[in-house]
This record gives sequence, C-alpha cells and structure tokens, in this order.
Amino acid sequence: MGRVMLLAVAVAAVGGAAAARAGPTADLPGSSADLPGSSADLPGSSAGLPTSPVRAIQPTQEDGAPVIIASKPFAESYVLAEIFAQLLEARGIAVDRRFGLGATEIAFGALREGAIDIYPEYTGTALAAILGEEMQADAEAVYRRVAGTFRERWDARWLAPLGFENTYAIAVRRETAEELGLATLSDLAREAGGLRAGFTPDFIGRSDGLPGLRAAYGFQAAEVLPLLQAVKYEALVESGVDVIDGYSTDGLIARYDLVVLEDDRGFFPPYEAAGLVNGHFWRRRPDAIAALSELSGLLDEERVRGWNRRAESDGDPVTDIARDALVELGLMVSDGGETVESDRAESVPARGAERGSAAAAESARSPAVGFAWYMWQNRTDILGHARRHILLVIVSLGAAALLAIPVGLMLVRVAGGAEGVIRGIGLVQTIPSLALLAFMIPALGIGVVPAVVALFLYSLFPILRNTYTGVRDANPAAVDAARALGMTPAQLLRHVRLPLAAPVIMAGLRTAAVINVGTATIAAFIGAGGLGDPIVAGLALSDTRMILSGAVPAAALALLVDGALGLAEKRVAPGGVAVE
Amino acid sequence: MTTRSDPALRAHEAVKRYGATIALDRVSLQVARGSCVALVGESGSGKTTLLRCFNAMVRPDAGSVDVGGRPVESFDPVVLRRGIGYVQQEGGLLPHWSVLRNVGLVPWLRGEADAEERARGALDRVGLPPARFGDRWPRDLSGGQRQRVAIARALAGSPEIILLDEPFGALDAITRSELRRSFRQLRAGMGVTALLVTHDLHEAVELADEIAVMKGGALMQVGPPQALRDAPAHEYVEALLERAGIG
Repeated sequence: MGRVMLLAVAVAAVGGAAAARAGPTADLPGSSADLPGSSADLPGSSAGLPTSPVRAIQPTQEDGAPVIIASKPFAESYVLAEIFAQLLEARGIAVDRRFGLGATEIAFGALREGAIDIYPEYTGTALAAILGEEMQADAEAVYRRVAGTFRERWDARWLAPLGFENTYAIAVRRETAEELGLATLSDLAREAGGLRAGFTPDFIGRSDGLPGLRAAYGFQAAEVLPLLQAVKYEALVESGVDVIDGYSTDGLIARYDLVVLEDDRGFFPPYEAAGLVNGHFWRRRPDAIAALSELSGLLDEERVRGWNRRAESDGDPVTDIARDALVELGLMVSDGGETVESDRAESVPARGAERGSAAAAESARSPAVGFAWYMWQNRTDILGHARRHILLVIVSLGAAALLAIPVGLMLVRVAGGAEGVIRGIGLVQTIPSLALLAFMIPALGIGVVPAVVALFLYSLFPILRNTYTGVRDANPAAVDAARALGMTPAQLLRHVRLPLAAPVIMAGLRTAAVINVGTATIAAFIGAGGLGDPIVAGLALSDTRMILSGAVPAAALALLVDGALGLAEKRVAPGGVAVE
Repeated sequence: MTTRSDPALRAHEAVKRYGATIALDRVSLQVARGSCVALVGESGSGKTTLLRCFNAMVRPDAGSVDVGGRPVESFDPVVLRRGIGYVQQEGGLLPHWSVLRNVGLVPWLRGEADAEERARGALDRVGLPPARFGDRWPRDLSGGQRQRVAIARALAGSPEIILLDEPFGALDAITRSELRRSFRQLRAGMGVTALLVTHDLHEAVELADEIAVMKGGALMQVGPPQALRDAPAHEYVEALLERAGIG
C-alpha cells in the first residue's frame, strides 16, 4: 500500500500532468502509444510532430565518435539498450548512453533528427503509434511494412528482429482464473460483466487495445479504471482490480504468479523487437551495424522475461543484467564477475553497486535507514543529478528573468494590449511539458538545450505577470503624487514603481523557480539528466528507492529554493514597506 | 506676456470629457495671486478634474488653462509641476522613503544642493520637528502627521501656487480643525496662491477667500462666502449652503 502510494506520488511528480491528460487524447490514432512503461507517455499523438526533412541539427558522429544509444523509459528498453551498448563496447566501439527518453514520440523524434543513433523499438508500436496504420496479424508483414516505410519516409532503418515479441497480454490473478475457469480471452469476455479492469490509459485508447478487444471478443467489463503502469500490478495483487493489461515479456507476470489469458482469436498484433537506427548512422558506421546485427534472432521471450524480472523485481543493475545476457548469448566472454564496465556506465541506473556489502548490511535495517544508506551509496550519482538539475533551473530561470522583467516593464508603459501579450505567454503554460519537449526535438534535438528552452518558456509567465501587475499597481496614490510633483516617467519607474514592485517581482521569480525545479524532472525524458533521471529509471524498473533518490532531493530543492527566494523577497522589499 | 496683474490661475471655457461623461462643461475660473479659492461640490462634480488641469495632470479637450498668465501647454509639464505644490487626500507619501526624503522631493528633483535643509525647514513649519520625525517611515506616522508631511512636501520647493485635493478629507474632526488652522497660518505667512478642493463647506468658508460651487462639471457660482450667502445664483447653491447650516 505504502509503496503504491509512493509510486503514485512519484508518477505525479514526473509525468502527472501528462498522465492526467492522457485520457481524452488517448483515442487519437497512434496516440503516444508505447509498450511497457507507457505511464509517462505523451498526450499528443505522433501526428503532432512536424515531419520536417531530416536535418543535421546535432552533428552526427564522425567515424569513431561514440554511438549514441537511447532507450525508452521502461525496464525492457533499458535492458536492450544496455545490451546494445555493452556489445558495441566489447567490439571496441565507444558509446554514449541516453536512456529513458520520454516515450515513442521523443525517442523516435530524436532518432529522426539525428540526435541519437539507435534505440530498441517494436514493429507493432511503429505501425500503430508512429505510422498510425491498421494493425495486421502477420509479424513478417508488419516488419516489412515498417522497415520499408521508415526507410522511405525518414531514412530510418530497422535492424533484423531480435527474435522475440512483446505484445499485449491480458492477465488475471491465479485464483480468479481457477474460480471462473478462465484460460482464454473468450472465457474472459464471457465473465467480464462481473470483473473490474485496470488498464493503462493508452491501452484504453488505442485501437489495438481495449476498443479492438471489445470488437474482437465482445469484452465488456463491469468497470474500467485507468491505471498507471507503475501501480497496475499492485492494484491487481491487492484485488483493487481483477484484470489488467500486461506485456508478454513482463517480469512481473511471473513474479506475481499471474495467469496470462490466451489470445485465442489472434487479436493482439505482433510487436517484434528490433534496433531502430538513424539512416546517416547506418551508412557511416557499418562496423557498429555489423556488431549490433550479431544479436539478430538470438533473443526469445523466456530469456527476456527473465531479464525483465531481474530488472523489475530483483533490483539487479541493468549493467549486470546486460553483461550476463551477452555472456549467456555467447557474444561476450565472462570476465569472472567483476566488470570493468559497471563504474563507467554513469547514466545507467547503478543499483546495487557493491551488492555484496550492501546486501549484508541491509538485512537488519528499517526502510528509512535503508533508504539513507542507498542515498549514501549513490551519493556521487545523486549529487551529479542534483548539480545538473540546479544548472537547468538556474540557466532557464535566469534567462527568463532577463527577458520577462524588461518586457513586463515595457508593457506597463504601452498599457494597451499588455493583457493580451501576457495571456498569450500564459498559453505556453497550458502545453503539457512532455508535448512541449517533443515539439522542440526537430529544432533543438535532445539533451540540455531543449530542456533549458522548455523550462525557460514555463518560467516566463509568472515573472512577466508579476512584473507587470506589480509595477502597474504599485501604490497608486504615491505614484500619482510623485508624478504631480514633477517626477519624470523614468524617475517614477526607478525611484517609485520598481522599488515598490520589487517584492512582487521577486514573488513571481519564486513561483517560477519552484515550478521550474519540479518541471525540470521531466528533462530526463529528453536526455537532459537531472534528478528526473533516477525517477524515470526507477519508475521503469519499479524501484521505489531509486525513484525516491530523485524525488526526495527534488522536493528538498524545491523547498530550499522556495525558502531562499522567500527570504530574498523580504530583502528586496524597500524599507518602510512591510512584506507579509 | 506675464504681468503681476495676471491671475495666478485661469481657466477659460475649459471642457473635458471622459467618454460620454462631461467632467468639465465650459468652466471659467480665475484665482488671484495670493488668494485662496475653494472648489466645492459633490463627488463627480468635476472639482478634481479642474484642479488637475492646472498642473497638466489633465489636458482639457477645449478651452484654455493658464498658469501665471502663460498657457499650461507652453510649459514642460515636469518643470511646471515642480513649481506647483500638490497635496492629495491620501497624502501620497512614498512609503519607502523617510519623512525627510519625502519632504525634500521637489528640491531634490530640481537638483538643489540644499534640498535637505529646505526639507527640514518645511517640516519645522508644519509643526513636526525634523530631529524627531525626519527619519521615520510614513507608515509610522498618524494620519494627521502624514498630511502635515504632505503639506510640508508641497511647500518645500517654495512654490507660488499650491493645489490641494481634499487634503484633510480622511482625518478626524479634531485633527482636521488643527490642520486647517496650521494651513491658514502657513498660507498667510507665505503668501502662496491656493486652489483647494473640498466637499466640506465649513472648511471652504474657513480657509477660502472665494468659493466656487460646481455641479455636474459646470461652475454654478463663484464668490466670497458672504456673497454666496446673500445672493445665491442658483437653487443648488442655496440648498448646499442650507444643508451645511451656513445659509
């Protein structure tokens, strides 16, 4: 229960806005859909991304430049991406990891624009969510269709399938299955009238999700609750719901001993996993492509489910899982356990670093102490995230203040139309943060720059609004008297309006800063790092401690910033003027 | 051409409209040098609008407004305003400036080296010893003290003309009568021309040489209090005087 709540809080902290809006937008064709981990999906559909011609915004790799590998924010994607990364490293090719990118729109957008070179994708997702086409049952046909279309439309290449599918799976508790005699989806449709379903918002909206399921099986549950990926399994196990959507390679299905109902009418479309690469990269780096192709057809669902289980349930570091996987597949020689890669892979969630000692020390510990110990162990990473977070906030907030304060002052002078301008800027506030980030990829790629620009845009409104109203409404009697006694407009501004408005302007800055610290956690979805990194990774890997290792410092930072700027607000208040 | 015989303030057929509302309806008024004229009437009768025409805070749509025999629009408004004292009902002190700095505003704006000296002198004249009051914040003063500071500020630049907009309107009766007395003495001592907006006829009778009654933007009658009493030009003037118990 406590864990579910914590997860819910963390989800709200990261993708709350996006998730909350997912409902209505989710019926768009190909809306933001994604396979596992789609809790943080984008409300806008892929159709919202401008289809600009490929431009070399970010310099693509020179020969020998690190290969930029990305993943989407769920466990399997992390594992596959890390397998790509370690395989390339084992073949002597340098890599740069940008894991946990916001979801299909952001990861694919970044790939298309050349900001990343490769990430693991699924053919079904590509067909339904990116191309927005009707699903087909034949896996090979789907692969051919997406491979051809992606190449032609975006110069993006699909490597050969990895050998497994991760399609939707409808799961129930074992006792429910036995009690009602459920083995297939047809059985479920028969009994659905008495069951409560908990589905991820995108499943509820996608044509290959609930609407299709209804059409194919006549499935009508007593109630359908939209549930985030991170809380779905707990909700099922605790009998909050009776049926959930899962994924065929989901490690949690095995962990909770759930029964996956057979798709007896072959409704769920194929979701073959494969590496999706940027065309420029594909041409320039045959060495990397050859290395990655060694994985073709080698994986199978059982193996992947085992890895996912290690990542999601056992809390094994993704670096270890990937290394073991490559050894198991015969693509890498075991180096006796201790790996040289583990401390170098900074952006990879390094859970259970020093596992031996940690496990021993952990046995007699309360959760709070355990968490403190975890924070201490990962202090270098967390401090690094915090530093990046603060950098994002300071740069974006500073730039916003430098623009919004002078503009606010100008608007006071022009009077007419000021409200319109401010309301216009206020509209930026209504754009969901993930959508704003996604819109920026074509122009700015991924990473720190688009994150700073997005945070800058979000910061403008509170500062502008407070500057304008603070200066406009500054003690009208005093302003009138000073004017009537011969102050020039410039003197009025400098000696009366600005000093009197300073606390109000500061309050705007404070609001913007607190919003900014919270919103900056989203930056992790476009590879900008910050305290959102462990939150996104922790959500993907169902690791509460990891989530909290980002969420707690982020909350502390927000409180700190609020307190500090509250003091500053009092400091800038001129003498003789009280600030509450 | 300015001569000593020109009135200090003169409005001729001044008209001001705000949208459909007529704030000034062809108002003509003269204030002789050294005299005090009180503008009386209900709120919305145009008193404040007329007053603010004389320091270029309001620009009339038609008619002419002269100060010292010169059209208002021929002055740089900032220079004009620095030469005319101004007191408003709320005092309008700058809350973030000390009392002394507030009082020294106009000399400081004019760049006069002895601004602080003049401020001290002005504070003294309104009965607030600068040593005790100079460093205080406006918020630490009583309402009456604040209006004294506002009057000191209006006089610190030694203006020949002072405009007062309900200067005692927000004060209690005792403080009011004290301030009136001070003001009368001050004005007598300095020989300053004053235009005073008030809705209080007693105040007008006590302070002014002439009373100008306004209604609906129009000037009903101007004259010494006695003349208004003896020969009210309009029923409204008569009723007004009667209501105030002056008739």
